[in-house]
Amino acid sequence: MRTEHQSLIFELSKPGRVGYSIPELDVPEINVESIIPSDYLRTEEADLPEVSELQIVRHYTALSNRNHGVDSGFYPLGSCTMKYNPKINEDVARFPGFAHIHPLQDEETVQGAMEMMYRLQTSLAEITGMDEVTLQPAAGAHGEWTGLMMIRAYHEANGDFNRTKVIVPDSAHGTNPASATVAGFESITVKSDERGLVDLEDLKRVVDQDVAALMLTNPNTLGLFEEHILEMAKIVHEAGGKLYYDGANANAILGFARPGDMGFDVVHLNLHKTFTGPHGGGGPGSGPVGVKEDLIPFLPKPVLVKEDDLYKFEYDRPQSIGRVKPFYGNFGINVRAFTYIMTMGPDGLRQVSENAVLNANYMMRRLEPHFDLPFTQHCKHEFVLSGRRQKKLGVRTLDIAKRLLDFGYHPPTIYFPLSVEEAIMIEPTETESKETLDEFIEKMIQISKEAEETPELVQEAPHTTVVRRLDEATAARKPILKYMKQV
Amino acid sequence: MTFRYLPMTDQDKKEMLETIGIETTEDLFQDIPEEVRFNGRLQIEEALSEPQLVKEMGRLAALNKNTKDHASFLGAGVYDHYTPSIVNHMLLRSEFYTAYTPYQPEISQGELQAIFEFQTMICELTGMDVANSSMYDGGTSLAEAGLLSAAQTRRKKIVVSKSVHPESRAVLHTYAKGQHLEVVEVDTEDGVTSLNALRAEVDEQTACVIVQYPNFFGQIEPLKDIEEIVHSAKGMFVVSSNPLALGALTPPGKFGADIVVGDAQPFGIAQGFGGPHCGYFAVTTKLMRKVPGRLVGQTVDEDGKRGFVLTLQAREQHIRRDKATSNICSNQALNALAASIAMTALGKQGVKEVAHQNIQKAHYAKKVLEEKGFKTAFTGPFFNEFVIELKCTAKEVNAKLLESGIIGGYDLGLSYSELKNHMLLAVTEMRTKEEIDQLANVLEGLACVQNISH
Repeated sequence: MRTEHQSLIFELSKPGRVGYSIPELDVPEINVESIIPSDYLRTEEADLPEVSELQIVRHYTALSNRNHGVDSGFYPLGSCTMKYNPKINEDVARFPGFAHIHPLQDEETVQGAMEMMYRLQTSLAEITGMDEVTLQPAAGAHGEWTGLMMIRAYHEANGDFNRTKVIVPDSAHGTNPASATVAGFESITVKSDERGLVDLEDLKRVVDQDVAALMLTNPNTLGLFEEHILEMAKIVHEAGGKLYYDGANANAILGFARPGDMGFDVVHLNLHKTFTGPHGGGGPGSGPVGVKEDLIPFLPKPVLVKEDDLYKFEYDRPQSIGRVKPFYGNFGINVRAFTYIMTMGPDGLRQVSENAVLNANYMMRRLEPHFDLPFTQHCKHEFVLSGRRQKKLGVRTLDIAKRLLDFGYHPPTIYFPLSVEEAIMIEPTETESKETLDEFIEKMIQISKEAEETPELVQEAPHTTVVRRLDEATAARKPILKYMKQV
Repeated sequence: MTFRYLPMTDQDKKEMLETIGIETTEDLFQDIPEEVRFNGRLQIEEALSEPQLVKEMGRLAALNKNTKDHASFLGAGVYDHYTPSIVNHMLLRSEFYTAYTPYQPEISQGELQAIFEFQTMICELTGMDVANSSMYDGGTSLAEAGLLSAAQTRRKKIVVSKSVHPESRAVLHTYAKGQHLEVVEVDTEDGVTSLNALRAEVDEQTACVIVQYPNFFGQIEPLKDIEEIVHSAKGMFVVSSNPLALGALTPPGKFGADIVVGDAQPFGIAQGFGGPHCGYFAVTTKLMRKVPGRLVGQTVDEDGKRGFVLTLQAREQHIRRDKATSNICSNQALNALAASIAMTALGKQGVKEVAHQNIQKAHYAKKVLEEKGFKTAFTGPFFNEFVIELKCTAKEVNAKLLESGIIGGYDLGLSYSELKNHMLLAVTEMRTKEEIDQLANVLEGLACVQNISH
């Protein structure tokens, strides 16, 4: 990574420079003031940059050099599944027949795109053990909200209007309670037990006739499989609630277990995680939702169906929750995910989870002597260490994360789940080699020694990045959210 | 079978199992109860090698009529625009596209700075104070504007014009249901929001009025009059805008908009069968701390060097959980980057020139069609889209146009019962005079439109 200062694009601007090329207007020009009232004609120009093409290329190249991606180095960010993003996916998504088609073209002219979607939704239904899948939600959180809206519609269709609560474990992602709120529910927290799993007694306590659903990530955010899933399903179902599966951690179970077989009624997947999205610096994602048969009528519309040899969007769905997104979802991400599924096939996908889980357990056992491990059973695709031992030496988990930056790593997820003190959540994924894991482990061990011997080295990290620790408090107190020209 | 994305060898596996102290990897899955363990083989398609895969995906892609090989006059919210070649080159810098959300700012300065620049450009175009780092798309961004307005005003009624994109309105209805909000749709008159109908609907229960500018029919809404109506009732004024149009049109911020939303797809983002695109969300300073989604802010590091961070995160789901203003987490960062690069390439001059070319070409197309005897539906000023009347269904017409290598317009009868046999045509800077003339000639020659009134 380079260290020199990088100007804002606006600071490189000079009047008169351009970075584009379009043909001269080839139709007879009319005076725009004669067709648009002057109040509606812009008088003050939008102050966009004026730069040449090479300046733009240098600018964004320099910015990219100030950024760390999976291609730059190891990215063991827990719960985010930062696996390799295959290059072929990018090529395929850019085929003109996928990239340059309009969503409102006549269906007969986009049968290839619709076939791709159909085969993807069918594959995802099989992988998750669900009966039908919609590709409409744009991301995981969007899928959560979509699923909850369907659950609500289901209860209401049964004349059941009093189910106001959604239960989420204390270890859940923040999106779960937030999605519940946006869908109009109150969220209730269920506690974890000393083994990091949902406390069955507490679950029984919070489940009653008001419960619409239980949202669960399995394996959970501690990387642990909820062994009592069938009992949990029974508790919730007997009370008339539905079971929602947050697929954030699906990378652990492909071909080993399916949410549909565990009793889940609704599932979302994060195609940008498990199915190689990519993450794109925060998005776009894709969050397909799968449902069991009794929830099919409530799927967002349109629903993609196959009739004889023709693919069709079906709009006549009277019980549907409606649209959750214009058009048909993040199609381009879905193309990438389908390309990935076709690359791996049934055996490859199972091997993905097998290797992801093996990698995580290997790292966990090698790091166990050097860091506190709150939950000692085998993990799935990720595990959570606690930095409390190092904290006693004055080195916080944040410091450890920052020190890892000096070695060219993206740090693990830190301070999550909230239930673990000084949490360090590590997810290696299956695409990393043993050599990479070993090198990272050695650096973690080195940092644990530094915490004892030269704590200031860790406390003051990072030392090698383009900027050092940033003043986030001032950023929030006196927000500067856009460039202001100096006058 | 070995897979090129999976580096683990048998030897690696053996060593790792030894370290863990177990015999087989199956031991790691013993915590999955026997009853739910999947012991079969997933019934999905068999793995393909890279050449086979390219062939199969190429076959599927080739079944679609694309806008590179056809002259497209289809818009309705998604447009065929000039994308500078550099956009894709820069997007493929994998440090951008293989990165996660920039939660570790020291190694994410590139992404953070690019988004800070995106926020600035959106503010410039819309005339607003603050823009976030992106939303899923224009439709969900519009729906979130409705929710924000309701939360801010503590009112329950959202008033939306029927000239707003039908699919965005559909999304708004779904979101509103979750929050027990009422959505009232207001009729149009001559292709724009009826001011009388609007006045009749807006009251002290109105959280906001949502209009689109230019609207779904391409028409320029009377924002000045609408602003007076909504603000006199102390509601929020929400405008959904095509940001490219704002290169030529007075920005909604100048008309007193409280929230401006829309989709940056016209800037460097492929139509891609409807997504991923890039919603934007811009507000006045007053609403800064209520904005959904991520915000990038400028700050300094320990040495006083300028740097950028995600900021005001107390609004967001990962901090506030069930009290968050929105549940959005993943956004459309990479497409915001694409839009930034395209906006930068166009720059101050280009965004104006492209917007004006759209106006000129669309008006030329309308004139040519009128000269051929076609009736256009509305009389008001418009940007790059307009509506013509046909004597038969748009579907039939489009099938004929396709034979001449043209992707025709949007069949308005699909969304507006009163506009059966009406077609919405979009004419961007990508359409040449020759293509526009050809469209007019082919349309004129169609048997089903020959009886049009002259």
